[in-house]
Amino acid sequence: MVNYEGRDLDRVFAALVDPTRRAILARLEQEDGLSISAIAEPFAIKLPAVMKHLDVLGDAGLITRSKHGRTVDIRLSPDPLREAMAWLGRYERFWSPALDRLTVQAERRETELRATEGKEGTE
Amino acid sequence: MTSLTLVRRIAARPSVVFDLVATPDGLAAWWGPDDLPVVKAEIDARVGGGYRVHFRSQDGRDHEAFGEVLELARPDRLVMTYGYAFGGEPEEAGLTSRIEFELRPIEGGTELTFTHTDLRNEASKASHARGWTGALDKLVKRFA
Repeated sequence: MVNYEGRDLDRVFAALVDPTRRAILARLEQEDGLSISAIAEPFAIKLPAVMKHLDVLGDAGLITRSKHGRTVDIRLSPDPLREAMAWLGRYERFWSPALDRLTVQAERRETELRATEGKEGTE
Repeated sequence: MTSLTLVRRIAARPSVVFDLVATPDGLAAWWGPDDLPVVKAEIDARVGGGYRVHFRSQDGRDHEAFGEVLELARPDRLVMTYGYAFGGEPEEAGLTSRIEFELRPIEGGTELTFTHTDLRNEASKASHARGWTGALDKLVKRFA
Protein backbone atom coordinates (compact mmCIF):
# COMPACT_ATOMS: atom_id res chain seq x y z
CA MET A 1 0.00 0.00 0.00
CA VAL A 2 1.13 3.52 -0.75
CA ASN A 3 2.31 5.35 2.28
CA TYR A 4 0.63 8.72 2.37
CA GLU A 5 2.46 11.75 3.63
CA GLY A 6 0.89 14.07 6.16
CA ARG A 7 -0.02 16.60 3.50
CA ASP A 8 -1.94 13.99 1.53
CA LEU A 9 -3.78 12.94 4.66
CA ASP A 10 -4.75 16.56 5.28
CA ARG A 11 -6.16 16.67 1.77
CA VAL A 12 -8.19 13.53 2.43
CA PHE A 13 -9.61 14.89 5.68
CA ALA A 14 -10.32 18.28 4.12
CA ALA A 15 -12.19 16.52 1.30
CA LEU A 16 -14.23 14.50 3.80
CA VAL A 17 -15.38 17.58 5.72
CA ASP A 18 -18.00 18.44 3.11
CA PRO A 19 -21.35 16.58 3.34
CA THR A 20 -21.91 16.62 -0.44
CA ARG A 21 -18.53 15.01 -1.02
CA ARG A 22 -19.24 12.40 1.65
CA ALA A 23 -22.56 11.66 -0.03
CA ILE A 24 -20.77 11.23 -3.36
CA LEU A 25 -18.34 8.76 -1.78
CA ALA A 26 -21.15 6.87 -0.06
CA ARG A 27 -22.96 6.63 -3.41
CA LEU A 28 -19.84 5.36 -5.17
CA GLU A 29 -19.45 2.77 -2.45
CA GLN A 30 -22.87 1.41 -3.52
CA GLU A 31 -22.53 1.81 -7.28
CA ASP A 32 -18.99 2.12 -8.55
CA GLY A 33 -18.25 3.53 -11.97
CA LEU A 34 -20.89 6.26 -12.31
CA SER A 35 -20.95 9.03 -14.88
CA ILE A 36 -20.68 12.64 -13.74
CA SER A 37 -24.32 13.37 -14.58
CA ALA A 38 -25.44 10.27 -12.65
CA ILE A 39 -23.50 11.51 -9.64
CA ALA A 40 -24.97 15.00 -9.97
CA GLU A 41 -28.54 13.76 -10.31
CA PRO A 42 -29.61 13.46 -6.62
CA PHE A 43 -28.14 16.84 -5.67
CA ALA A 44 -29.87 20.18 -5.93
CA ILE A 45 -26.70 21.80 -7.20
CA LYS A 46 -25.49 22.63 -10.68
CA LEU A 47 -23.16 20.42 -12.65
CA PRO A 48 -20.15 22.79 -12.36
CA ALA A 49 -20.47 22.65 -8.56
CA VAL A 50 -20.45 18.86 -8.71
CA MET A 51 -17.40 18.98 -10.96
CA LYS A 52 -15.65 21.12 -8.35
CA HIS A 53 -16.42 18.58 -5.64
CA LEU A 54 -15.10 15.82 -7.90
CA ASP A 55 -11.89 17.82 -8.39
CA VAL A 56 -11.38 18.01 -4.63
CA LEU A 57 -12.05 14.28 -4.27
CA GLY A 58 -9.72 13.58 -7.18
CA ASP A 59 -6.91 15.73 -5.74
CA ALA A 60 -7.23 13.84 -2.48
CA GLY A 61 -6.89 10.60 -4.41
CA LEU A 62 -10.31 9.43 -3.24
CA ILE A 63 -11.72 8.89 -6.72
CA THR A 64 -10.35 8.05 -10.14
CA ARG A 65 -11.77 9.04 -13.51
CA SER A 66 -11.56 7.04 -16.69
CA LYS A 67 -12.88 8.00 -20.10
CA HIS A 68 -15.10 5.60 -21.99
CA GLY A 69 -15.98 7.14 -25.31
CA ARG A 70 -17.96 10.27 -24.50
CA THR A 71 -18.59 9.52 -20.85
CA VAL A 72 -16.31 9.62 -17.83
CA ASP A 73 -16.55 6.87 -15.22
CA ILE A 74 -15.95 7.87 -11.64
CA ARG A 75 -14.68 5.19 -9.31
CA LEU A 76 -13.92 5.06 -5.64
CA SER A 77 -10.24 4.75 -4.83
CA PRO A 78 -10.10 3.19 -1.38
CA ASP A 79 -6.42 3.43 -0.42
CA PRO A 80 -6.32 7.04 0.85
CA LEU A 81 -9.49 6.44 2.84
CA ARG A 82 -8.02 3.29 4.33
CA GLU A 83 -4.89 5.18 5.23
CA ALA A 84 -6.91 7.98 6.84
CA MET A 85 -9.00 5.49 8.81
CA ALA A 86 -5.90 3.65 9.98
CA TRP A 87 -4.39 6.91 11.13
CA LEU A 88 -7.49 7.98 13.02
CA GLY A 89 -7.94 4.43 14.27
CA ARG A 90 -4.66 4.67 16.12
CA TYR A 91 -6.06 7.45 18.26
CA GLU A 92 -9.28 5.58 18.74
CA ARG A 93 -7.36 2.51 19.89
CA PHE A 94 -5.63 4.70 22.45
CA TRP A 95 -8.65 6.55 23.85
CA SER A 96 -11.44 4.03 23.51
CA PRO A 97 -10.15 1.51 26.11
CA ALA A 98 -9.10 4.40 28.36
CA LEU A 99 -12.62 5.82 28.33
CA ASP A 100 -14.00 2.34 28.99
CA ARG A 101 -11.84 2.16 32.12
CA LEU A 102 -12.93 5.66 33.09
CA THR A 103 -16.55 4.48 32.80
CA VAL A 104 -15.94 1.44 35.01
CA GLN A 105 -14.13 3.55 37.63
CA ALA A 106 -16.84 6.23 37.68
CA GLU A 107 -19.59 3.65 38.13
CA ARG A 108 -17.65 1.97 40.94
CA ARG A 109 -17.18 5.31 42.71
CA GLU A 110 -20.83 6.19 42.22
CA THR A 111 -21.86 2.91 43.85
CA GLU A 112 -19.55 3.57 46.81
CA LEU A 113 -20.87 7.11 47.13
CA ARG A 114 -24.46 5.91 47.15
CA ALA A 115 -23.67 3.36 49.84
CA THR A 116 -22.14 6.10 52.02
CA GLU A 117 -25.03 8.47 51.36
CA GLY A 118 -27.47 5.69 52.24
CA LYS A 119 -25.76 5.17 55.59
CA GLU A 120 -25.79 8.86 56.36
CA GLY A 121 -29.46 8.98 55.45
CA THR A 122 -28.95 11.84 53.04
CA GLU A 123 -30.90 10.15 50.30
CA MET B 1 -9.99 19.69 11.70
CA THR B 2 -9.19 16.09 12.04
CA SER B 3 -10.75 15.24 15.30
CA LEU B 4 -11.83 12.11 17.02
CA THR B 5 -15.04 12.12 19.05
CA LEU B 6 -16.05 9.34 21.41
CA VAL B 7 -19.17 9.25 23.57
CA ARG B 8 -19.80 7.22 26.72
CA ARG B 9 -22.98 7.03 28.76
CA ILE B 10 -21.95 6.47 32.34
CA ALA B 11 -24.07 5.44 35.34
CA ALA B 12 -22.46 7.99 37.64
CA ARG B 13 -23.18 11.62 38.42
CA PRO B 14 -21.19 14.27 36.51
CA SER B 15 -19.12 15.33 39.55
CA VAL B 16 -17.84 11.75 39.96
CA VAL B 17 -16.88 11.54 36.30
CA PHE B 18 -15.34 14.99 36.36
CA ASP B 19 -13.11 14.15 39.32
CA LEU B 20 -11.73 11.16 37.44
CA VAL B 21 -10.45 13.55 34.81
CA ALA B 22 -9.44 16.48 37.00
CA THR B 23 -7.63 14.83 39.94
CA PRO B 24 -4.27 12.99 40.05
CA ASP B 25 -5.68 9.77 41.51
CA GLY B 26 -8.60 9.98 39.09
CA LEU B 27 -6.34 10.23 36.03
CA ALA B 28 -4.17 7.41 37.35
CA ALA B 29 -7.21 5.14 37.50
CA TRP B 30 -7.90 4.99 33.76
CA TRP B 31 -5.34 6.74 31.55
CA GLY B 32 -3.40 4.86 28.88
CA PRO B 33 -3.95 2.49 25.99
CA ASP B 34 -4.01 -0.73 28.00
CA ASP B 35 -4.56 -2.06 31.49
CA LEU B 36 -1.06 -1.37 32.79
CA PRO B 37 -1.04 0.89 35.85
CA VAL B 38 -0.14 4.54 35.35
CA VAL B 39 3.35 5.30 36.70
CA LYS B 40 2.57 8.81 37.84
CA ALA B 41 -0.21 11.37 37.32
CA GLU B 42 -0.32 15.02 38.31
CA ILE B 43 -2.81 17.77 37.59
CA ASP B 44 -3.18 21.32 38.83
CA ALA B 45 -6.87 21.65 38.07
CA ARG B 46 -7.30 25.34 37.30
CA VAL B 47 -7.09 27.33 34.09
CA GLY B 48 -3.40 27.77 33.28
CA GLY B 49 -2.47 24.83 35.49
CA GLY B 50 -0.52 21.90 34.10
CA TYR B 51 -0.95 18.13 34.06
CA ARG B 52 1.32 15.25 33.22
CA VAL B 53 0.68 11.53 33.04
CA HIS B 54 3.56 9.09 32.87
CA PHE B 55 2.44 5.70 31.60
CA ARG B 56 3.89 2.57 30.08
CA SER B 57 2.58 0.68 27.08
CA GLN B 58 2.57 -3.08 26.65
CA ASP B 59 5.59 -2.91 24.32
CA GLY B 60 7.55 -1.70 27.37
CA ARG B 61 7.93 1.89 26.20
CA ASP B 62 7.55 4.82 28.58
CA HIS B 63 5.41 7.81 27.66
CA GLU B 64 4.61 11.07 29.31
CA ALA B 65 1.63 13.09 28.11
CA PHE B 66 1.48 16.64 29.35
CA GLY B 67 -0.36 19.87 28.76
CA GLU B 68 -2.10 22.91 30.12
CA VAL B 69 -5.64 23.39 31.35
CA LEU B 70 -7.38 25.77 28.91
CA GLU B 71 -10.93 25.66 30.24
CA LEU B 72 -12.36 24.24 33.40
CA ALA B 73 -15.95 24.32 34.63
CA ARG B 74 -16.69 21.64 37.20
CA PRO B 75 -18.54 19.39 36.55
CA ASP B 76 -19.35 20.28 32.94
CA ARG B 77 -16.25 20.81 30.91
CA LEU B 78 -12.48 20.39 30.87
CA VAL B 79 -10.26 21.35 27.95
CA MET B 80 -6.52 20.72 27.95
CA THR B 81 -3.67 20.85 25.49
CA TYR B 82 -2.10 17.49 24.75
CA GLY B 83 1.45 16.69 23.84
CA TYR B 84 4.23 14.27 24.70
CA ALA B 85 7.21 15.10 26.90
CA PHE B 86 8.61 11.73 25.81
CA GLY B 87 7.24 8.64 24.10
CA GLY B 88 4.09 8.84 22.02
CA GLU B 89 3.98 8.18 18.31
CA PRO B 90 6.98 9.50 16.36
CA GLU B 91 4.75 11.71 14.21
CA GLU B 92 3.36 13.38 17.34
CA ALA B 93 6.77 14.61 18.47
CA GLY B 94 6.65 18.32 19.21
CA LEU B 95 2.98 18.60 18.22
CA THR B 96 0.30 20.01 20.46
CA SER B 97 -3.28 18.91 20.08
CA ARG B 98 -6.28 19.39 22.33
CA ILE B 99 -8.47 17.10 24.40
CA GLU B 100 -11.94 18.07 25.57
CA PHE B 101 -14.19 16.39 28.10
CA GLU B 102 -17.79 17.56 27.91
CA LEU B 103 -20.16 16.20 30.57
CA ARG B 104 -23.92 16.34 30.32
CA PRO B 105 -26.26 15.06 33.03
CA ILE B 106 -28.65 12.43 31.70
CA GLU B 107 -31.20 10.28 33.49
CA GLY B 108 -29.26 7.93 35.73
CA GLY B 109 -25.88 9.46 35.07
CA THR B 110 -23.67 11.34 32.68
CA GLU B 111 -23.05 11.50 28.97
CA LEU B 112 -19.38 12.08 28.40
CA THR B 113 -18.29 13.41 25.03
CA PHE B 114 -14.57 13.19 24.53
CA THR B 115 -12.97 15.00 21.61
CA HIS B 116 -9.34 14.86 20.59
CA THR B 117 -8.99 17.74 18.21
CA ASP B 118 -6.30 19.56 16.24
CA LEU B 119 -4.73 16.20 15.55
CA ARG B 120 -2.95 17.71 12.61
CA ASN B 121 -2.05 21.33 12.88
CA GLU B 122 -2.23 22.23 9.19
CA ALA B 123 -5.51 20.43 8.68
CA SER B 124 -7.03 22.01 11.74
CA LYS B 125 -6.48 25.44 10.25
CA ALA B 126 -8.32 24.53 7.08
CA SER B 127 -11.53 23.60 8.80
CA HIS B 128 -13.02 22.79 12.11
CA ALA B 129 -15.82 20.47 11.13
CA ARG B 130 -16.26 17.43 13.27
CA GLY B 131 -18.20 14.26 13.48
CA TRP B 132 -17.62 13.16 9.92
CA THR B 133 -16.67 9.70 11.08
CA GLY B 134 -20.30 9.09 12.02
CA ALA B 135 -21.50 10.03 8.57
CA LEU B 136 -18.93 7.75 7.03
CA ASP B 137 -19.72 4.76 9.22
CA LYS B 138 -20.38 2.47 6.30
CA LEU B 139 -17.21 3.40 4.51
CA VAL B 140 -15.22 3.10 7.69
CA LYS B 141 -16.50 -0.42 8.24
CA ARG B 142 -15.51 -1.39 4.76
CA PHE B 143 -12.05 0.12 4.76
CA ALA B 144 -10.88 0.24 8.35
